[in-house]
Amino acid sequence: MSESTVATLPATRRALWPALRRRRPAVPRVEHGVKAAGFGGQFLPLLLLTPQLLILILFFFIPAVRGLAQAFLLQDPFGQEVHFVGLENITSLLRSAEYRESLRLSVVFTAATTVLTFSAGLVLAFATDRVTRGRNAYRAVLLMPYAIAPAIAGFVWAFLFNPLVGPAATLLHSLGIAWDPNRNGQDAMLLVILTASWKHLCYDYIFLVAALGAVPRSVIEAAAVDGAGPLRRFVWITLPMIAPTVFFLLIMNTVYGLFETFAIIDAATRGGPAAATSILVYKVYVDGFINLDLGSSAAQSVLLMIFAVALTVIQFRLIERRISYDVSQ
Amino acid sequence: MIERAPWLDAACHVVLVLAALLTCVPLYYAVVAGSLTTEAVQRVPLPVIPGDAFLENARAVWARIGLGRLLLNSAVVAIGIALGKLAISVLSAFAITYFRFRFRQAAFWLIFLSLMLPVEVRIVPTFEAMTDVLMPVRLLVQLSGIDWAIQAMTGWRLEISADWSLLNSYPGLIFPLMASATATFLFRQFFLTIPDELCEAARIDGASPMRFFRDILLPLSRPNLAALGIIFFLFGWNQYLWPLLFTTEPSMATVVIGIKQLVPHGDSIPAWNLTMNAAVLAMLPPVAVVLLLQRWFVKGLIESGK
Repeated sequence: MSESTVATLPATRRALWPALRRRRPAVPRVEHGVKAAGFGGQFLPLLLLTPQLLILILFFFIPAVRGLAQAFLLQDPFGQEVHFVGLENITSLLRSAEYRESLRLSVVFTAATTVLTFSAGLVLAFATDRVTRGRNAYRAVLLMPYAIAPAIAGFVWAFLFNPLVGPAATLLHSLGIAWDPNRNGQDAMLLVILTASWKHLCYDYIFLVAALGAVPRSVIEAAAVDGAGPLRRFVWITLPMIAPTVFFLLIMNTVYGLFETFAIIDAATRGGPAAATSILVYKVYVDGFINLDLGSSAAQSVLLMIFAVALTVIQFRLIERRISYDVSQ
Repeated sequence: MIERAPWLDAACHVVLVLAALLTCVPLYYAVVAGSLTTEAVQRVPLPVIPGDAFLENARAVWARIGLGRLLLNSAVVAIGIALGKLAISVLSAFAITYFRFRFRQAAFWLIFLSLMLPVEVRIVPTFEAMTDVLMPVRLLVQLSGIDWAIQAMTGWRLEISADWSLLNSYPGLIFPLMASATATFLFRQFFLTIPDELCEAARIDGASPMRFFRDILLPLSRPNLAALGIIFFLFGWNQYLWPLLFTTEPSMATVVIGIKQLVPHGDSIPAWNLTMNAAVLAMLPPVAVVLLLQRWFVKGLIESGK
């Protein structure tokens, strides 16, 4: 409401005005997510955005559009010939047994890593929340893997479980287990699952520790007074209260398993033996850069982008509908 | 502590100690293997106590893969990515929260969309874009007919050189990883919590937008900048796929990529001692950062996930 409107109001209503005014915001918010007090100008904000947008356009959007285009083209690796093949690349991909196997491996790998990381993280976060002595020391040690490059974690675990010299493999052999990730596909899968979980555990752990720390003591104490034991309180009070963090972590773990484990696979098993650990992100790389099958690789990229977009949408829907007890992360 | 439950507390300590051991044992064995001679590392079972060849191995690694250069590359790339991400995202967050301008929504959605496109899913097209950065410019010139116009007016044929490639260069390793929707949204959230009165006061005192940004917003953002900077440093140092693709010259690789050359496979001598030695050297800087700046690191980790 502008000054002039106030001035034209009759005297009696003008006296009421300050009281009315206090109830509504000083400046009505028209646009969401922009400060009420800001600056004018059209040119400066664009200038400020230029570096970000330039990088996004050059390295995100143009490649993504080219990838989309390539997915519908068939190009031979040497010549200049390009044919438009429509959905051919994608349908042949979905028909190929190799791709389906890679999809299955990705699902197994991602599900196993997600469950392992999350459940271990939950147990450890519960324990950290419970103990008083040495809490910071435990936290410092458990967070260390975050600093270690996924590839380095892959190299180290490949060494530990190396069937010839690795101490962990020696231990397994002495127990009578014929461990050989270089020949047995299941052993190799187990190896990359363990490595990926070891590397990612700290992420779930620190989020859960923070969420548990934010649960109001009064609620927990009330339940304790009512006679609920520590485990019962955890399952029936704490867990529902940290539900937003739980959902968030499940999505993040899925994203991690599907997209961010290339380095671990390449370092620990190189997708082998016989493609037994060749999950989708690894297959895109192999087909694009080693087999030079650009059309198929681009089609795989498109499918992966669809998965990524779907996960992002789910994540944001969850954030929107966040079940909030004011302890959400 | 709400009630006394000694058995539960003991169980918690046991679980935590076990987890700490599981975290440390792989790293300890890396140190042990890195300090053994090539003969000793092939002994079964592997010795439990470190040997005395750590420095000797380090010298061998240093000479064989040029570790000094690789560490320098990693540092340049990690610091470049961290500073670049912070700079561009704090600027764009400032633009989209403090200005009402025509393309605000469009810019916001462009940045938001990039969240959905992780590097891993678009590696082939991005690689092509990197080896030919000027392609979009060339396309634009052709489409808009500028080349035709120049030819008509001056008689020169405009040829934009096709081989401006970012392969094997620091910009090539840094720029594509610099965009950060996460950091932009984080700073946006933070700016939205800053009282409007600060901006009004600054305007009344006659401060220009950039003055307000420099003297008020940046100092207020310092804790956030520090926390996120650590996360981005780790992100940059630990990159694998990107440097693997974009460095074909060994001297431009990062240290994580350099270790790959030392991994024994097939018929080569299983010199795991050198591999593990290099791995230990490569993980020292980020582990030091996490241990020394723990408080900031945890803050950054939790906020960047929001």
